[in-house]
Amino acid sequence: MAKKKNSWLAAPFGVWMAFFTLIPLGVVVYFALTDSAGAFTFDNLLGIGQHAGTLLRSIWLGAIATVLCLILGYPVAYSISRAKGVSQQTMVMLIMLPQWMNFLLRTYAWMTLLENNGLINKFLGLIGIGPLSMINTSGAVVLGMVYNFLPFMILPLYSVMTKIDKHTIEAAQDLGANGLNVFRRVILPLSVPGIITGITMVFVPAVSTFVISKLLGGGKDMLIGDLIEMLFAGTAVNYNVGSALSLVLMILIVVCMAVMNKFDDGEETGALIA
Amino acid sequence: MKTLSKIYNILIFLFLYAPIVVMIIFSFNDSKSRTVWKGFTTKWYAELFGDQAILDALLLSFIIAILAAIISTVIGAAAAIGLKSMNVKLRNFMMSLNNIPMVNPEIVTGVSLMLLFVVVYRTTGLLQPGFGTVLLSHITFCVPYVILSIMPKLRQMNPYIYEAAQDLGCPPARAFMKVVVPEIMPGIITGMMMAFTLSLDDFIISYFTSGSSAQTLPVVIYSMTRKRVSPKINALSTILFLIVLFLLVIINFRQIRDSAKEREKEQVKG
Repeated sequence: MAKKKNSWLAAPFGVWMAFFTLIPLGVVVYFALTDSAGAFTFDNLLGIGQHAGTLLRSIWLGAIATVLCLILGYPVAYSISRAKGVSQQTMVMLIMLPQWMNFLLRTYAWMTLLENNGLINKFLGLIGIGPLSMINTSGAVVLGMVYNFLPFMILPLYSVMTKIDKHTIEAAQDLGANGLNVFRRVILPLSVPGIITGITMVFVPAVSTFVISKLLGGGKDMLIGDLIEMLFAGTAVNYNVGSALSLVLMILIVVCMAVMNKFDDGEETGALIA
Repeated sequence: MKTLSKIYNILIFLFLYAPIVVMIIFSFNDSKSRTVWKGFTTKWYAELFGDQAILDALLLSFIIAILAAIISTVIGAAAAIGLKSMNVKLRNFMMSLNNIPMVNPEIVTGVSLMLLFVVVYRTTGLLQPGFGTVLLSHITFCVPYVILSIMPKLRQMNPYIYEAAQDLGCPPARAFMKVVVPEIMPGIITGMMMAFTLSLDDFIISYFTSGSSAQTLPVVIYSMTRKRVSPKINALSTILFLIVLFLLVIINFRQIRDSAKEREKEQVKG
């Protein structure tokens, strides 16, 4: 075929990605495996142990936020996917709209709501509760994550759900399945690919965030993102330890995604067989 | 059940919009307080437009976003066409390369680019952190999205029309411009718009690669939030929100109109 001639068009892209994606990752690995004088060492990676608490806290808060997004987002995605024409498009737009505003500004808005003399506490004061201390807690950090990343869960769920053939649901109903069974045996298994995409799209930015924890967590409980930020751009610059942490974060996420994808394949074939 | 799900949806939308509404209201508050209403004013807007640092950052963000969108669209469109005619093995390799910036946590992409620039600067004196490094980084994370929005259009295209044009005596380069490019134009435009918005909105990667000389708007906003002061920031948010709302409403109406037209056509056909 004459088409073969065109493959050279991808060359600039290949060179670009080699220079600005592969080589930078190689540099991270190099820094992770050397000390400040450039000598080979495992100390940076072995030293990660002392940050295990931070790492675990990030995973824990990220996981809670992801589960909350799934629980909160699933019903919304489902009702959007069942809505008709114009109202469906409008609802999708309303979900996307806040996403288009800079996320620093959105997080900043929560800061003013959650403050000790903020609007929520003012309101609670009127009905005789509080004041509750909400800002600078782990709860506020999780709230910030859920708020910022909820659309990342809803949109992939919605796009998978709209593709579910209505006739499959009708067939299940005709065969005598009640509402719960239709959901459990048809809709839920068929929406698994959306759930997987949603989980990765929420978990990855949640676990590696540093802005949300800085603004809403008050920097008390550090997350892995805060630590990396501090080691590269903050007060305690150390590229070697920072690179080691980045490497660990990257591997952690690749492992999580590999596990999720395994789960995805298994579920899909399982649903087909059952 | 119906009403229950309606109430639930309203609560979720309330959760999504409450902070934004509060921010808009307090951008008109005649006091520095973020909780007590002291009367209506537009002075924060005036202050915002008098703040040279913010205006400079905004201009810089736009310049970088426009350049990043154009360059990443050129690289990405060429790459998508090249990838199409590659053998499967090489293409799969290139596609996984393409996935790296999208899958990697942004902070890792940010620090890896920062380290690259540091190393290059130390050894050669080139690529001092600033405008150039931010632009290079933005192109890097935009290209994958451009490629992904053009690939489906190429797949849908009938390959024979390109060959037909050549059979009819059109030179390959001209056939390419006249036949292939118009076919994939919607993908190119979507990709370019996506690159533009991604670049304009990026904070994390710019934060690590900008140095002190090329601070984009999100980087400046971040340093403002760290100081927790002026309601100028509310005014800025309100303006950005209204612009986005306006654009999205237009896009949405166009989509609704188009799909209504399609339906009419189908009815006529049926």
